[in-house]
Amino acid sequence: MTVQQKIFALIVGAGLFLVIIELVRRRRLAEEYSFLWLFTGAGIIALVLWYDLLERLTHLIGATTPTTTLFIFGFIILLLINLLYSVKITKLSSQVKDLTQEIALHKKGKHLEE
Amino acid sequence: MTDFVIIIPAYNETGRIRDTIRGVRKVAEALVLVIDDGSTDNTAEEAKAAGALVLRLPFNLGYGAALQTGFRYAMKMGYKYAIQMDADGQHEPLSINSLIAPVLNDEVDVVIGSRFLDRGNYKAPFIRRMGMHFFGVIASVVTGRKITDPTSGFQALNRKVMEFYASDAYPADYPDADVIIMLHRGGFRFKEVPVVMHNAAKKSMHGGILRPLYYIFKMTLSIFVTLLRKE
Repeated sequence: MTVQQKIFALIVGAGLFLVIIELVRRRRLAEEYSFLWLFTGAGIIALVLWYDLLERLTHLIGATTPTTTLFIFGFIILLLINLLYSVKITKLSSQVKDLTQEIALHKKGKHLEE
Repeated sequence: MTDFVIIIPAYNETGRIRDTIRGVRKVAEALVLVIDDGSTDNTAEEAKAAGALVLRLPFNLGYGAALQTGFRYAMKMGYKYAIQMDADGQHEPLSINSLIAPVLNDEVDVVIGSRFLDRGNYKAPFIRRMGMHFFGVIASVVTGRKITDPTSGFQALNRKVMEFYASDAYPADYPDADVIIMLHRGGFRFKEVPVVMHNAAKKSMHGGILRPLYYIFKMTLSIFVTLLRKE
């Protein structure tokens, strides 16, 4: 990796990390969802600074350049985050359904009481 | 005691909730409010039969959200003071009196019952104890006073604190040591008093290895951003 590439990756990693912390600080993002994002930011920084690990990882997955490795892992993390969102949305949909039904039943029940 | 409400969040505590409520009613005349956090067993019916007012959540939201429901109810109904305690019988009802005294005479806004102040016989699993100790130290350093039981769910509080607990600022997903730090930053007066806690034969709240790790992450992050906030 060239120095330029390293600097750019570091800026992206650190920037991501700081933005997430700030969003949590402002209560715009819940801690629960921040974990994977912070992990990604920290991971990028760690892999760039600990270049040896990045090279070994590159060799391990059969990639040609370390930049490819960063891309691939970034991509995998995004996949994971999306998957988690799908799971969470499933749960939320189910809860909204239950709540909606409760409200309808509640209203009808009130009618009967009156 | 009629300005008081005793808030007990409960999730699948059939068999235990009845004894807990009875124990409380022997000591205090206040309203016992049980928040049934979407239990799949008879918790709600048992609590009602034991004389408590029961609010049933349509599905499980977790300890913090159930507890907060109680505070929102208390705010709405105009209660001046509240006591929060666990449903499983861990918290000794007789400790309630020493818990509410400093709040009643306006010495502090919230009293936290500590199981470790009196060197009681409470035993916790090693990892849990390490976690509690670690965050206790952090809380102590930040607040400038000795915090021995940062995760205690046995508290007495006045309406000022009630309003804060009922608000969006309260970490309803997992209230814990970060709440104490928020109290400190919010300018609330608080102190610990020794209380008795029993080792209830309960299902573990922190199961496996992932949960404790997430707990440490979440708590560390929450405390960190709380310190960053200006309020």
